[in-house]
Amino acid sequence: MTARGMADRVLAREVAAGARLIRWLEDDDPRGAEVLAQLYPHTGRARVVGITGSPGAGKSTLAGMLIGELRRRGRRVGVVAVDPSSPFTGGAVLGDRVRMQQHAADPDVFIRSMGSRGQHGGLARASFDALLVLDAMGYDTILVETVGVGQEEIEIVSLADTTLIVAVPGLGDEVQAIKAGLMEAGDIFVLNKADREGASQAQRQLELALHLRTQHQPEGGWIPPVIPAVASKCEGAAAVVDALDAHAQSLADTDALKGRRAARAYAVFLKLLRDAATRRLLDAALARPDAAVLIEAVRDLTLDPHAAAQRLVARLELAAP
Amino acid sequence: MAPPLRVLLAKLGLDTHTVGVTVIAHALRDAGMEVIFTGLKQTAAAVAATAIQEDVDVVGVSSLSAAHMRHIPELARLLREQGGADKLLIVGGVVPEEDQASLHEAGVARIFTMGASTQEIIDYLNDWRRQRDAAASV
Repeated sequence: MTARGMADRVLAREVAAGARLIRWLEDDDPRGAEVLAQLYPHTGRARVVGITGSPGAGKSTLAGMLIGELRRRGRRVGVVAVDPSSPFTGGAVLGDRVRMQQHAADPDVFIRSMGSRGQHGGLARASFDALLVLDAMGYDTILVETVGVGQEEIEIVSLADTTLIVAVPGLGDEVQAIKAGLMEAGDIFVLNKADREGASQAQRQLELALHLRTQHQPEGGWIPPVIPAVASKCEGAAAVVDALDAHAQSLADTDALKGRRAARAYAVFLKLLRDAATRRLLDAALARPDAAVLIEAVRDLTLDPHAAAQRLVARLELAAP
Repeated sequence: MAPPLRVLLAKLGLDTHTVGVTVIAHALRDAGMEVIFTGLKQTAAAVAATAIQEDVDVVGVSSLSAAHMRHIPELARLLREQGGADKLLIVGGVVPEEDQASLHEAGVARIFTMGASTQEIIDYLNDWRRQRDAAASV
C-alpha cells in the first residue's frame, strides 16, 4: 500500500486504516510520517479539547459523559486517552476506555488508548499525530485525556484549543491540588463529584483563584467558568458542552485560535527537533572510538561522569551549516 | 526496544467474573505489553469496534459463563468483516472440549482453559509475534 493509498483510505474515514496509521505513528514506523505528510493539508478543522486533572478526579467518566452530549448535538467525536506506561517493562494497563465504552459501537465515535511510553508531561509522543489523523478523518471534536498526575501535565495546554481541568471537592485545598501551571492555563474548570460534601466551598475557592488570575486582563477577555458536574450520573453535561462552545466562539472572535495553533505546531516541531537532534548527537558521540575508553573509566568509577560527558561532547564536530 | 504488543481483553455478555482477566491483564503488562480492557457486559459489536479502533494485535476473550458459543463466533466474523482479519483471537476460561473444535473453526487460534499459567499465555503471544513478524519481513 502506497502512502497515497493509505492517506486516501484515512480521508475516506475508513476506521481500520486510521487506527493502523496511528499505530505506525506510535511505533515509529517510517510509513507513518509519510502518510501524515499527505494528510496534513486536510487537518485543522477539528476542535481539540484537553482534559486533565488529578488521578481519580473523574476525567474518563467526564469524557464519557461529554461524548454522549456531543453526540446528542450531532458532532462526531474522537478521543485520545493516555495512561502511564511502566518505566521498567514498557507495559501498561490502559483503563480509561472502560468509562467510555458505552460509545464503543457508535460509528461516529473513535476512541484510542495510548501508553505514555516514556514521555513525561501527561501525553504520549504520538498524541499530537493521533489528533491529526482523527482530524483528517472528520471528527469535529477531539477529546484528549492526559495521564492523571495533576502537577506536571502542562503539555496538554500547548496541544489543545481548549484546556478543561477536572477538580473534585474534599481534597482539602482544591486550588493547591491544581498546581500553579494548570490554574493559570485552564480555560474551563469542571468541579466533578459536586454532590459531595464541600462542593460549594470548593467552587468558591476555585472562583476566587480564577478571579485573581483574570482581574488584570483586558475587557472582554475569557473568564474561565467553574461548572459543577456529577459525571457518574451524567449531570452537568449540557453546561460543560455549552462552555466548550462559548470558549470556541471566544477564540474565534479574538483571533486567539490562530495564535494557539501556531504555538502548538511550533511546540511539536521543537520537541521533534530536540528528540532527533539528541538521538543523532548521542549516536555520534557513542560511536567515537575514544568513547569506549571514557565509558570504561566512568564504570570503573575512576573518571567523574561530568568530565567524561564534557570531554566527549567537546570532541564532537558539528556539521558546518 | 521493539514497540509493545497491544492486547485487548474482553468480557462478553452477562459474564461478570473478573478475577482471571485482571490477573492476566497485570501479567501481560509486566511482560511489557499494552493491555486494554473493555469492561464488563460487552456485545460482540462493541468488542470488534474496540479492537479495530485500538488496532490491537491480539483480542483475548475471557469466558466463564458458558456463553462462548453465542458471542465468540460472531466476534470472529465481525473482526474479519471490519478489517481485523490479521488480529489474533484467543479465548481463556471455561470451554468444554466438545465446543473447542467449533470455536477453532470460527477463527479462535487458541483456547486456554483452567490451569493454564500466565507464563504459558505470555510465551504463546511472544512466539506468535515472532512468527508473524518473521513472515512479514520476507
